[in-house]
Amino acid sequence: MSALNNGISDNHSYFELFGLSPQFNLDLAKLETNYRSIQSASHPDRFVTALLSEKLRSMQTATLANEAYQALKNPAHRAKYLLALQGIEVAAETNTAMPADFLMQQMEWREAIDDAKQSKNIDALDALLAEMQQEARSLQATLIDLIDVKKNLPLAVDATRKLIFIDKVCVDINKIIEHLDA
Amino acid sequence: MALLQISEPGQSAAPHQHKLAVGIDLGTTNSLVATVRSGMSSVLIDDNGHALLPSVVRYLEDGYVEVGYEAQAAQSIDPANTIISAKRFMGRSLAEIDVSTQPYHFVETPSSSEKMVQIQTRSGVKSAVEISAEILKSLKKRAEKSLGGDLVGAVITVPAYFDEAQRQATKDAARLAGLNVLRLLNEPTAAAVAYGLDNGVEGTYVIYDLGGGTFDVSILKLSRGVFEVLSTNGDSALGGDDFDRRIFCWVLEQSNCKPLNVNDTRLILTKAREAKEWLTDHANAQITSVLSTGEVIDLTLSAKKFNELTQTLVVKTLNPTKKALRDAGLTINDIKGVVMVGGATRMPQIRLAVADFFKQTPLTNLDPDKLVALGAAIQANTLAGNKSDADLLLLDVIPLSLGLETMGGLVEKVIPRNSTLPIARAQEFTTFKDGQTAMSIHVLQGERELVTDCRSLAKFELRGIPPMVAGSARIRVTFTVDADGLLSVSAREMTTNIEANVVVKPSYGLSEEQILIMLQSSFVAAKTDKQARALAEAKVEATSLILAIEAALQQDSALLTPSESEAILASLTSLQSLSNGQDSHAIHQATEALNAVTETFAAKRMDASVSHALTGKDVAKLDL
Repeated sequence: MSALNNGISDNHSYFELFGLSPQFNLDLAKLETNYRSIQSASHPDRFVTALLSEKLRSMQTATLANEAYQALKNPAHRAKYLLALQGIEVAAETNTAMPADFLMQQMEWREAIDDAKQSKNIDALDALLAEMQQEARSLQATLIDLIDVKKNLPLAVDATRKLIFIDKVCVDINKIIEHLDA
Repeated sequence: MALLQISEPGQSAAPHQHKLAVGIDLGTTNSLVATVRSGMSSVLIDDNGHALLPSVVRYLEDGYVEVGYEAQAAQSIDPANTIISAKRFMGRSLAEIDVSTQPYHFVETPSSSEKMVQIQTRSGVKSAVEISAEILKSLKKRAEKSLGGDLVGAVITVPAYFDEAQRQATKDAARLAGLNVLRLLNEPTAAAVAYGLDNGVEGTYVIYDLGGGTFDVSILKLSRGVFEVLSTNGDSALGGDDFDRRIFCWVLEQSNCKPLNVNDTRLILTKAREAKEWLTDHANAQITSVLSTGEVIDLTLSAKKFNELTQTLVVKTLNPTKKALRDAGLTINDIKGVVMVGGATRMPQIRLAVADFFKQTPLTNLDPDKLVALGAAIQANTLAGNKSDADLLLLDVIPLSLGLETMGGLVEKVIPRNSTLPIARAQEFTTFKDGQTAMSIHVLQGERELVTDCRSLAKFELRGIPPMVAGSARIRVTFTVDADGLLSVSAREMTTNIEANVVVKPSYGLSEEQILIMLQSSFVAAKTDKQARALAEAKVEATSLILAIEAALQQDSALLTPSESEAILASLTSLQSLSNGQDSHAIHQATEALNAVTETFAAKRMDASVSHALTGKDVAKLDL
């Protein structure tokens, strides 16, 4: 995934880059502090008058830190990345098979979103967003259990795909709200 | 360029002299230049004590150019050659701007819809880049006179919502003005730095920046010297000018006068601006004027009427504000303060609308005209290496998403808006037909789904794809956006490793040749010996490299193996002896060789400083 090579990025996971142990239940405050420390040391602003080789290295490291930070900060991306480290590709884009009850839930959400969109009901959309975020939180709790505690990776893959799906729907809802708001 | 000082070998290689660096706010209506002296940032004034330089350029006979107040004074008598608000034309084509109230002779050619706006003046055809360069030159001169020396470089601010083409145009203008651009900095981020440092605040702040021609809103998290932009939004064609135009239209309507000629148009626009400013502290403004036709205009505009006329403009700033909040995942309850930036935020209706939206009184304790320049000066000072405690760190974002055209005229987003810079993203594409050997890549910027609704940045072709069955070639396109917010793109066919590298020169930008021609023609001494120039430049480059490496070696030579150290020293010695000679080509090659041989060293130094940042331990010293 990374276009970078050599040095820090070689054979180091995103977790190692930030000095954190690879787990789903991540200390987000520490992630943020360490991200800022790495940016403080590597950001191109620090190398405006430096050697060309150092400028390039700075660009690569700061880019990697941004990429890694985004991947770990977002729970769905973090779960996907943790599973990838175990050699499991979640591939949510191509594999959309979901358990029947979740499919039902999906259809209900989609219908509710469509209704709210048709009636230009921003409050209803906001309520749906809150509901999805609640669902996301409970999935995250499940993922802590499945990945960090039980190490049940096949079930973790299912939960991760649900979480990715919810993220996507939230983005869609936000787009609709933005559109209605304008 | 100032001569660099070279110390005795072995002694301190990095002389700690104060480097002259400035921050420039290149505004639509006014521009400013500021610097940091003895730890204090201040705006530099001209001989008449003015801090602001009106962003007005007048072309006179014999190639003479007036910039600022003189030019502004002539705008009603010589409107066609006196360019105001050139910033609105930066990176824009004729088709994209409203020419109805503009008095200029725009150059229209069959291809003018694909080119940046050009204006016919008595000194020839001028683009917005050249006009802006005149403003920058004037500020550069002011700074060099005031500071007593040549500038090492400048930080130039741009609206956060400027796209790639507008940023590139700004950088080109600086180059034409002979300025070394240390960084393009987003205006609201600059303002946040000035405000945040001055008031020592921490937390989440909104910067509401309504300038003469652009509107930006940025949300930043301020914490111990780190200014992290969470989201930004705006309208790069909305500003105080539009409020003037509303008054202008109202005047025409009220006075029932015939369509105005260009001189009268300028005259009434100026009156409109004065009325707008007057209404900031008064209930009524008198607009009186005698037109060239002899018609007399005598109207009273009440603040109430002015609010009515401009209500939709005020609302237009709130939509981007809502979007920025949404993108940051925040509500108004998370916002600790709203900092007002830009002269147009002096209008009471703006302050009221912002207070009403955020349910808090906006912060107006610092001069909204100067915040941006002051913040840029602080950043310039840090970038030039003057500040020893490197506490200040700005993490900025890309304002608009970047994407590629896919089948059916759709845009596939590759980098979403509000991603922290620098950023690199790769995306793989495949062929559509059997045996397809070429693929054209179309890079776009914007939020909409259709190609036609986004801004086209560049098109290039990747050729030499080996003929394969449709869908089996793998073309990986990598976007890299640097800390200036400027994009470069490379594409590679993964099975054959064929690579196409592209520097994105926006369709609306100037070509490299055009810039070179402009640069050459702007040198008074046209016969400057090219070779002498090349030699001088090569020597300056070599000297600064030697200094930087000596400093790096002094700090971190412990990181090197004996053979690495030997290789660097050998290259260094070779460059040192060559740089005393006269062969610019040889110096250049030796400089490149030295740069190349330090790659591992640079990598090791970066690793060491990152782990030092994380653990507080010095890896270099631990290894000993």
